[in-house]
Amino acid sequence: MSSHAAPAPASFLAPAHPEYAVELEGVTFAYDRRPVLTGITMAVPRGGVVGIMGGSGCGKTTILRLIGGELQPKSGRVLVAGQSVPDLDRDELYRMRRKLGMLFQFGALFTDMSVYENVAFTLREHTDLTEELIRDLVLMKLHAVGLRGAARLMPSELSGGMARRVALARAIALDPMLVMYDEPFAGLDPISLGIVGQLIRRSSDALGITSLVVTHDIYESLKIVDYLYFVSAGKIIAQGTPDEVRASKDAFVRQFVDGAPDGPVPFHYPAAPYRSEILSRA
Amino acid sequence: MLSAVGNGFVTVLRRMGSRTVTIIGWLGYATRFAVAVVQKSPAAFSRLSLTLREIYFSGVLSLVIILVSGLFVGMVLALQGYDVLQRYGAAESLGVLVALSLVRELGPVVSGLLFASRAGSAITAEIGLMKATEQLSAMEMMAVDPLARVVAPRFWGGIISMPLLAALFSTLGIFGAYLVGVKLIGIDAGAFWSNMQAGVDFRYDIVNGIIKSVVFGIAVSMLAVFEGYDAKPTAEGVSTATTRTVVESSLAILGLDFVLTVFMFRGVG
Repeated sequence: MSSHAAPAPASFLAPAHPEYAVELEGVTFAYDRRPVLTGITMAVPRGGVVGIMGGSGCGKTTILRLIGGELQPKSGRVLVAGQSVPDLDRDELYRMRRKLGMLFQFGALFTDMSVYENVAFTLREHTDLTEELIRDLVLMKLHAVGLRGAARLMPSELSGGMARRVALARAIALDPMLVMYDEPFAGLDPISLGIVGQLIRRSSDALGITSLVVTHDIYESLKIVDYLYFVSAGKIIAQGTPDEVRASKDAFVRQFVDGAPDGPVPFHYPAAPYRSEILSRA
Repeated sequence: MLSAVGNGFVTVLRRMGSRTVTIIGWLGYATRFAVAVVQKSPAAFSRLSLTLREIYFSGVLSLVIILVSGLFVGMVLALQGYDVLQRYGAAESLGVLVALSLVRELGPVVSGLLFASRAGSAITAEIGLMKATEQLSAMEMMAVDPLARVVAPRFWGGIISMPLLAALFSTLGIFGAYLVGVKLIGIDAGAFWSNMQAGVDFRYDIVNGIIKSVVFGIAVSMLAVFEGYDAKPTAEGVSTATTRTVVESSLAILGLDFVLTVFMFRGVG
């Protein structure tokens, strides 16, 4: 377990390493003048499941948006399958995105389309497959997430867990190289949570898909990930395998694992001293 | 004292400058958006089903309000027109009065205002909610351009629907005037229709009316898709954007109507 601005793996310094699906090196990002990420260096091996953990607003989702090319870093490198994402023009970026899948926090299913139409969407947009073939593929993807029987339902008829599973089926419709999950466990009941976790792990083991999971659910992610990065205030402050995380003595990691309300991540928002503020009325 | 006045002046200047820069930036963004939508328009026609679907939502579903409003506007015009015309012994000219009023002005303008309220607000709310629920981001991440897939078909659906709705509004208005003028008041039907036929010029009146409704369709559709796309991704942001669409579209229609009328009917004066 390494902690506090952990150094990059040595192999990472190479221009682009074929064994990594995603590489970030010294990535800095800011909205206007407000810094969000500072010196982020991380790597996601092909076929692995890597988690990014941190509190709300620490910059986790921004990392996914940088990888997907929605945002441009101020400095540093973002490589996907060896390609530098910020240097791609629009056509190249769209070609790269066809190799990616992304599962948004609440599924982001198209509300005017049925479950079937949602999963068929990318197949129709990016392939010339016949409707018969698309039907077979859609039913296979829906079967993989256990929702073949829900193909004709509309998104408004689905529970939160079902919507997340349909979104996963949609994300893997084109058999992508990498799937990014933005808070896949948020707001789910324990059963749905376990199902989604297992589906993420299975998509990696069975289909060889690389998974990058942004979450703040430590217990569920420790069950499925191969490696974890901890992000706080826009920096990677700790990283390690699930066993290393469980055994870690690092204060930040311990606060996360133990669910302690106070610690390196303070309970109180920064404010003037309580006593002086209360007494200042007198 | 003087330095306080000077500081106040500088603050006012600074605020004005900041506001001006913001407005220019917003105008630049809106212009780039409009150009991008036009550039992506071939996609709306290469997959015609997307645009036909939007014509259904913007046009067909607006039919009830347009037809009923047209009928009542025509009937009221006939009552008011007859009241004035009969004082001068020109009641037979009711047909041409109603037809010119509807074809030149009320058809395009009132149907444009109704279209902005019914279809424009719906387009903004739909696109804004798609943004708020990350559907547009999801589309972008699936390498599908939301401008081509979502915005351009709605833009063209609105442009195509608007003149058809205006024509139907005018037609129903004339029918309403016929019901009141001929059937209720008892004006001679032959005089009603023949005066209308003689007084309405195809090029000068009808084509100009169609041009107006196309221009209003472009304005309303562009404002509706832009406000939806630019909406803050929150419930409040979507509701504000929807309101802005209706207000801006209404003002745009009335302002453009004046400008177009000046150019089209210069010979009137």
